[in-house]
Amino acid sequence: MTEPLLDVRNLDLVLSHRSGDLPILQDISFQIMPGETYGLVGESGSGKSVTSLAIMGLLKKPLKVSGGQVVFQGQDLLKLRPRRMRDLRGDRVAMIFQEPMTALNPLSTVGRQIAEMYVLHQGKSWREARRLAVHALDSVKVPNPERRVGNYPHQMSGGLRQRVMIAMALACDPDLLIADEPTTALDVTVQAEVLRLIKELCAARGTAVLFISHDLGVIASICQRVGVMYAGCLVEENDTVALFSNPRHAYTRGLMGALPRLGSRLTHGRQRLVDIDSVIADRSVLTETRFIMPRGAANGESA
Amino acid sequence: MTGTPLLQIDDLHVRFPIAGGGLLGTGRRLLHAVNGLSLTLEKGECLSIVGESGCGKSTTALTVMGLQEPSSGSVSFRGAPFSGPGAPDRMQRAKAAQIVFQDPYASLNPRQTVHASLAAPLRLHGIRSASEIADRIETMLVNVGLTADQARRYPHEFSGGQRQRIGIARALILEPEIVVLDEPVSALDVSIRAQIINLLLDLQEKYGLSYLMISHDLSVVEHMSDRVAVMFFGQIVEEGSWQHIFANPVHPYTRRLIAEIPDPDVAIRARDPAAGFTDVPLPQGRSFAMDGSNTPDVFTAPMPSELVEIDPGHRVRLSLRD
Repeated sequence: MTEPLLDVRNLDLVLSHRSGDLPILQDISFQIMPGETYGLVGESGSGKSVTSLAIMGLLKKPLKVSGGQVVFQGQDLLKLRPRRMRDLRGDRVAMIFQEPMTALNPLSTVGRQIAEMYVLHQGKSWREARRLAVHALDSVKVPNPERRVGNYPHQMSGGLRQRVMIAMALACDPDLLIADEPTTALDVTVQAEVLRLIKELCAARGTAVLFISHDLGVIASICQRVGVMYAGCLVEENDTVALFSNPRHAYTRGLMGALPRLGSRLTHGRQRLVDIDSVIADRSVLTETRFIMPRGAANGESA
Repeated sequence: MTGTPLLQIDDLHVRFPIAGGGLLGTGRRLLHAVNGLSLTLEKGECLSIVGESGCGKSTTALTVMGLQEPSSGSVSFRGAPFSGPGAPDRMQRAKAAQIVFQDPYASLNPRQTVHASLAAPLRLHGIRSASEIADRIETMLVNVGLTADQARRYPHEFSGGQRQRIGIARALILEPEIVVLDEPVSALDVSIRAQIINLLLDLQEKYGLSYLMISHDLSVVEHMSDRVAVMFFGQIVEEGSWQHIFANPVHPYTRRLIAEIPDPDVAIRARDPAAGFTDVPLPQGRSFAMDGSNTPDVFTAPMPSELVEIDPGHRVRLSLRD
């Protein structure tokens, strides 16, 4: 079996406070194989975004990692010096965010921001980097890349800005792309285009993806393997098809029952949506049991 | 259906003058936000307007609420004008139609307790007795799944789902007949969204409310609506019962919207999104007014087209050029 690209082992994260440490993440473990798309799904506050920030070494006080390892290509990222981590970010691990307007520099052209990646990480000249930036915009299917390269972020639509973010993130051919709710702010048809783009580009380059979303539909359409987070715990993990066809954890089942499904009213009539609160009286029960399926044993009975 | 519909929108146009343009940048252009929209809302039904950002669905909702003057066309309520000359004043209007906004954080006054927010409209409408006001607020809070003692609290003390419940209570306190729901669950988490959807359906049944829902989320629309109108750049491109729209979508734009919703079942089965639709034959020799792939210019009036009834109650926009 091949080595995992990213191996998060028993990650614990706390919020330091005068009155003691508040647990934010408890014992998070998952692996992402080279070229695999892994989804983390959960509601607001479940800890999915903070997990990605911990991997990227972008945590700010009062949040801190209190235990566990984040092993990426054989080295523990939590032990890397900040300088080494900075070289790695953008080069081997890249990230795209929900709101590209806040992630892009409004005072600099998108071409310059993409070109910077080649200058910083690959030591290219600005002239060469600019040529590569046009090429990068073309690869994310931005129309008229020669003209668009001189645009400022505010001159672009939300969908185009997200394409620029993807072009920046994939500029140095990273091994892992972390995508944190990249399509949440977009219209349905634009979302479909951006998802298709991420899927195609990452498949063509063999880039692994950690895809974070609250949207079960988006997760199902893009990921091969999915982890469900609730209250700072990974409560269920399985191959996508197995997870959606046979959810085992009460929270996962509740979440799926709470979602209006397209076509369900036509076939079954209007079903009342599941109210998670009424299914589970004691919420602490939710984090005590976990269903983590080993790879390749998706439909087996043993947990 | 016979008789006057509860709400009737007739050939509504809304145009916004935009500064700039022209040779010296001093010209004025007209942005065509809504172009000849006609809709009816019957008592007790949920009519949803779906479409993407900028298609004019929210402008339509604001026009119904009287927050936006139509450029031409009319809105009438029980056969009487609801916009333009002869329109009711704000007080009468408030008892006819109310609105629930998308963002419960932004639509409540942070400096007022829930009691104060809910009591103000009652006082304005002539209810003076403090005990009656308290009674009505208590009943309403219980109806939306909150408790009476929560009336003393401020909006920041509530979660997002609870705040949306307060928003719903505020809209219903005057017992309006029409409730405009502007993306009522878009900002909420999956589990909270389910609770609010259930609540809205319960309240509709209990009070016989008529909903005009604005949404971009087709799975929520399928779940809640009786009838659906699909908007694309200021025009309705398809309108029909929810069964028409979801079992037999005809217009390419409707089909595209439905096909591109990320849905777990569809993704898992990975079936062709366009398969499974049984085709309704179009009238001979006609073509669609737009194919949904090219973006029309919002500054020019749209191409001549008309809504053609292809099945009772199922209308689709076809080009008039043929």
